[in-house]
This record gives sequence, C-alpha cells and structure tokens, in this order.
Amino acid sequence: MIEEIIFAGFGGQGILLGGGLIAQAAMKDGLWATWFPSYGPEMRGGTCNCLVACSDDEIGSPIFNVYDTALIMNLPSLEKFGPMVHPGGLLMVNSSLIRVEKPRSDVRLVEVPVNDLAREAGSDRAANVVMVGAFCAVRSIVRPETVADVLREKFASKGPKVIDLNLRALEFGRRAVEGVTV
Amino acid sequence: MSDTRRLVKGNEALAIGAVHGGCECFFGYPITPQNEVPELLSSLMPAHGRVFLQAESEVASINMIYGAAAAGKRAMSSSSSPGISLMMEGLSYIAGAELPCVLINVMRGGPGLGNIAASQSDYFQATKGGGHGDYRCICLAPWNVQEMYEHTRIAFDLADRYRVPVFVLADAVLGSMMEPADIPEQPPPIQPIEKPWATVGLNGRSKHNIVNSLYLEPEVLSDHNEKLQVCYRKITAQEQRFDTRLTEDAEYLLVAYGISARVAYSAAKLARAEGIRVGLFRPVTCWPYPSEALRKIMSRAKGTLVFELSAGQMLEDARLAAPGDHPVAFFGKMGGVLPTPAQVADEIRKFVEGLHG
Amino acid sequence: MAETLTNADVECVFERPHALIDRPHHYCPGCSHGIYHRLVAEMLDEFGLTDHTVGICPVGCSVLAYDYFVVDMIEASHGRAPAVATGVKRALPDAFVFTYQGDGDLASIGMSETVHAAARGENITVFFVNNGIYGMTGGQMAPTTLPGQKTTTSPKGREVGGMGHPIDMCKLLQSLPGVAFLARVPLSAPKHLKTARKYMRKAVQAQLEKKGFAMVEVLAACPVQWHMEPMAALRHVDENVAKVFPPGVFVDRVSAGSEERPAAGGGDGGVVRTETERQ
Repeated sequence: MIEEIIFAGFGGQGILLGGGLIAQAAMKDGLWATWFPSYGPEMRGGTCNCLVACSDDEIGSPIFNVYDTALIMNLPSLEKFGPMVHPGGLLMVNSSLIRVEKPRSDVRLVEVPVNDLAREAGSDRAANVVMVGAFCAVRSIVRPETVADVLREKFASKGPKVIDLNLRALEFGRRAVEGVTV
Repeated sequence: MSDTRRLVKGNEALAIGAVHGGCECFFGYPITPQNEVPELLSSLMPAHGRVFLQAESEVASINMIYGAAAAGKRAMSSSSSPGISLMMEGLSYIAGAELPCVLINVMRGGPGLGNIAASQSDYFQATKGGGHGDYRCICLAPWNVQEMYEHTRIAFDLADRYRVPVFVLADAVLGSMMEPADIPEQPPPIQPIEKPWATVGLNGRSKHNIVNSLYLEPEVLSDHNEKLQVCYRKITAQEQRFDTRLTEDAEYLLVAYGISARVAYSAAKLARAEGIRVGLFRPVTCWPYPSEALRKIMSRAKGTLVFELSAGQMLEDARLAAPGDHPVAFFGKMGGVLPTPAQVADEIRKFVEGLHG
Repeated sequence: MAETLTNADVECVFERPHALIDRPHHYCPGCSHGIYHRLVAEMLDEFGLTDHTVGICPVGCSVLAYDYFVVDMIEASHGRAPAVATGVKRALPDAFVFTYQGDGDLASIGMSETVHAAARGENITVFFVNNGIYGMTGGQMAPTTLPGQKTTTSPKGREVGGMGHPIDMCKLLQSLPGVAFLARVPLSAPKHLKTARKYMRKAVQAQLEKKGFAMVEVLAACPVQWHMEPMAALRHVDENVAKVFPPGVFVDRVSAGSEERPAAGGGDGGVVRTETERQ
C-alpha cells in the first residue's frame, strides 16, 4: 500500500503543518512516511504545497506529480493539481473558498467547507486541521485518534485552549464527511 | 514505533548528526537550501558547550575550520554548491596539511548561481578534487533522512581516523524533506583519537608542531604526496560502502546514489510490475567508489543504466567499474529537474529494448 | 695555566629571545622582518607565553616564519590568517593566538577576514608588516604602495586615479568597536623599537585581558624591491612612508600601564634590553 497525497493552498493556510500532521500520524501508526514542501520565493502569501507519502513499505521517491489524494485549499491549487489526481483517486476541496465548476467524473470529489467549520470550531486558522480530519475519516490511511495525539503533542506548549480548538476542528472535519467513504 | 523514531527534516538530521558525531566547532555562512543546519546548530552547539560561529563568508568558514582542526578539534561546515566552490582553496590546504574535517554539501542546481532545486552536479568536485593538487576526500552520499544523520555522525570518526576531509553529499530534496528516522536522545559514546600533531601550544612539549602544506623542495613535496597517496589507497581498500535493492534475481541494473537512488528504487518497482527484472545498486561512498562490488553485480547482469541529476558524472566511475563488454547507458536530468519514477521506468524499458533490439 | 671563566663571572648583556629558534633567516639584507620577528619573540618571552601560543603565518615573504619561532605554528592560505586564528582561538580560548601578516596578505586578499575578525572583536593579536610592496612575488604593487611609487605592475608609478589610493588600515579599522588596540610605528630606527615594544605589549595585553582585536602595524623597509640601499630605504620610511601612514595610537582600550614590561613574565631569562632601551 502506498498513498501519495498533495496538500495545496496558499501561504498562511497551514499547508505544511497540515501535511506534517498526516506524516507524523502515519509514522506513529507504524507506516513509512515522507513529507516534502514546495513554495514560491515569497515568505508570505504565495502558493504553497506539500507532498506526503504514506506506505507500509520503504518509500522510494518522496516527489511525485500524480496523486492518489489531493487536499485542495484554494482555487489556483484546484486548477493546477486537480487534473493530476489519478483516475479513481480522491479530490477533497475547500468549498468555503472554491466552487467546483466542472467536476471530473473519474475521481471521487468530496467538498468540505473547511473555513466555515474552522470558524465554528473557534478560529479560521484551524481550516487545515478540519481538512485533515475530513481526510482521515474518508480514507483510512491514518487514524484520527493518532492525529489527535499528534495535535496534543504539537501544541502542548501553547496550552489547553489551542489544543481544544484543534481537536474540535479535527472532529468537525470528521463529522462533515460522515457517511462518505471511498 | 520505537522511542527514538522521530519525524525529522533532512537538514535537521544533519545538524543532530554533527552534534552526536562530536563536532566541537561549526563555522558557516547562510545559503539555501541548507539553512536549517546552521539555524539549528546555532542553539544546539552552545547548549553543548561547543563553538558555533557565523562567518563572514564561506572562504572564512573553511579557514576557521582549518584553524580549529589544526587545534585538534572536530570541526565542520555546511553549505550548498556555490558556497562549496568558495571553500575549495581552503579544502586543498586542509587536505595538504592532513587535517580532518567534515563538509556537508546540500547540492543545488548549477553552474553559477543556478537555482535552489536538487541537483547532483557537484560529484566531480566532491570525489575528484575540486581544489588544486592531488588529494581526495571521503564522500558519503545519504539517500534518506536516517543516513543524513548517520553519515554526518560517522564522518567525524572517518575524518579523524585518516586525517582527511570528509564530504556528506546531500541535495535540496533530502535536505528539505521530512521522514521518520531513528535518532537516539543520547549519542553513542565517541572514541577520542589522539592528535599529537595538533597545534595547541607546546604545553611542555620540546619540539613545536607545525601545520603546513608548503614543501618548497620538489623531492620533499613528492614524498609528502606519496604519503598522502598511501593513505588514500588505504581508504580505498577499507572504506568502500554500497547498498542494493532487488538485485538477487536482477537481469538489469540501475546505478544511482542519493535522491536519484530513491527515484530509481521506485522506478525499479514499476519496471518489475511490467516484468522487467531490475535491481538497484547504490554507492554509499562516492569516494572511495565501490567498484569491486559493482563489478561483481554487473558481471551477473545484462546491462546497466546509470541515473543521476547531472550530465553524467558518477557515470564515469560506473563505466570504470564495468567488465569489458558490459553495456552501460545513462539517463540524467540537470538544472534541478527531478524525473518521476515513471520517467525513469520508461528509460529502463527503452534501455532493455535497445539491448535486445 | 689559563684561568677558566664561569657563568658567574660574566654578565649576559644580549642574547637571542628564547622564543626564536637558532637558525639563519632567509630574509634579504636590510629587510625589517628579522627585527619584527625578534620583537614578537621578545613578547612571547616577556609574557611567558611560549608554552601556550599558536602563531599563524601568512603567504608572502614571511611564509616561512613557522621555522623561526619555537611555538606551535600554522601556515595559512593567502589572506586567511585572521580566519584561521579565529578558528584556533574559538577552539582554544586559553591559548595566546597571533597572526603575522604582510600588507598584501592583510589589506588586499585578506581584507574581508581582517575587517570581520576586528568587527567581531576576536581575541587575537595581529602583527602587521607594511612595506608597501609584494616582496616575495617580485615587487608588484600592493594596497599600501604609495602614490607615484614605481613597482613592477605600476612601472610609471602608482597613479591613484586608475590604481586607487593606498589603504590606511589603522584608520579603516579605527571605527570598529571590536578593536581593543590599534597602533602604527616605523621600524626605521632603534629609537622606534622602544615604542614598538610598548605597542606590542599593549597588543598582547589586549588579548590576555580578553578586550578584543589588537593590531600593531609596523612600517617596514624592503630595500631590494624598492631598489634602494638599506640606509636609504630606512630614510624613505621616515621621510615618505610615515607621511602617508602617520604613526601613533589609533585605538587603546587596554588597561593603563600595560605598555610596560611585565614584572613577572614567565620566560624572562632571555630578554635583555637593547642599547636604546637602556638609555
């Protein structure tokens, strides 16, 4: 088994951290994992994506340009990476910011209003975690409980408020796709 | 999951490897894509009571290393291609003066300013000189984050044992990617090596030590060079390292190192799914090149495809290792372009068809 | 029967500093390097530093200086002595670390290393020999060559419009807060040696007190490449070189009184005052 994922959006959406959560959880669940970042030369506001691979076997290239799953946080990323999802793959889009005009018939499209749900959870900034929660629920590569553990460790120094907010965001993401399986 | 397993960035693994390898002095100058190395060491080194100094240039860095290494300390720098070029004069002096040191090159695209994407076009520089004079540096080429840590850690032992500079030859992808690696909290103990030659002050010694690479008499310089060559021959005999994947039944070989070996490994699996029995041979030391091992594996195969992110540099060493009639072909990309496993698999297919065409 | 003199019967009035090896120097007749080497060795003796000193030589006429001092020595690449010294000093904070550099080495190819070592307030002592020419390579123009001075690469004389002005290193480094001591002195007459010693003691003391970067620049003669008789070369230093590079103290952040000879220097035995000093 190998799952090759792209997590893409613009700088400031927590793209690199979101992908890191998946890779970290995969490691904790005993899988091999790689994470590779890509961003423009600007420090703020540019395009940003990361590639995450999870596998039960040693991973070769950490870089790939066709994806099993694309987690898409903004429109330019949908236009750029949407067509690069494998036929039969999973395309998850942030429907708070994106309206999918012409959905591909050969991929599974899951729309999640991650910004709205994040706001509901307590902060717009947790939109990336909502997306991760939804991804874990749709595709059973990493367990949501493991991601929750990772969040608790990662934000341990920031206190219980931040941890609770992120755990809520993760849960909202999971609930948003209840009943959806791929 | 073991306790020591952590998700860590390649560049950070290099920095931790340096601390665990007993690095006592770090001197460096910022350059992308390796900046996490000095950034992390700027806090790790002082926390361990060791020296961290951001130098005014790579030229100064390598000469600070020269001074610290002459003073008997484990010294290193980390840089990327253009910065390494600036260090070549100093490296030649270090090699000439038989000083140990560790240099990390997180390679980027060249020549010139090039770009900051992954490349392997500094192979010649690392393995065949780079600076002036007949000298060699041990060159370790990690292919994952685990080896980024391990190679940097053991580089200091190798450097001290042979009194030579040791390169850790990485690239922009390995530097910026994260993956799980087993890195202990406490490093394994270091066996200190006596350095009676070090310039540390007489401290009661009757004869002064001189660290030097100047030998005005041709015969004396010739003898000095002979002595260096004896050391290089010893390294060649003792330190060749390599790794293989899927070679037991391989009819065809892919030879690649570092990040290309990762892509090649994926490509080999794709090719095998199509029924082409391909194996991967990976030089772990680029110098000394694992020629004997490669020759043996080549002699059981029908042909070899060398894959590098260069115009064909390691290719020359692979060709030198090949038995007389063994076909060796090449596929490479330059300028920071990293081919996909599918592209490399295509090349394998074409190569195999060509052999039987 | 002839009487035998014992050590008790004679007073030693002059001998080689212990820090200097008994070996003929390779320097040309009339060259100032020999004098400066001796002064450096005197400092090592006076302060009792020979047992824990590391010296760094440059590329240039004094490239072989490592053969003349009894202390541990490192031969640096051209211009990089301050970086090498930085590496040694950071590695061995308790060692006394000095560089010995000429003007091509320190002020041309090694300008960056010099300025940054000074800017960092690196605790090293720099003995700078300024003779305004590349001696070893055959008399080419140096960064400190005087305006109008003929060299093999400025055969019609240094024309500042195209070849630039000579660099006053003391003035240039003066603005840096990392500098603890900075002074210039000609080595053209015995009377100046006393001043040179005072400055050099300060430059040693600066390092011992961990005050920062210290440099003593000496205006030296190169009769061979200046195409002058040795005495004329010395007069040239006083009459022309010292006009462009005025002697004096440029920075002094070292404790008062440290220009005097240390009272309890460990390796005192070999040092005897010169005629000038006894006057």
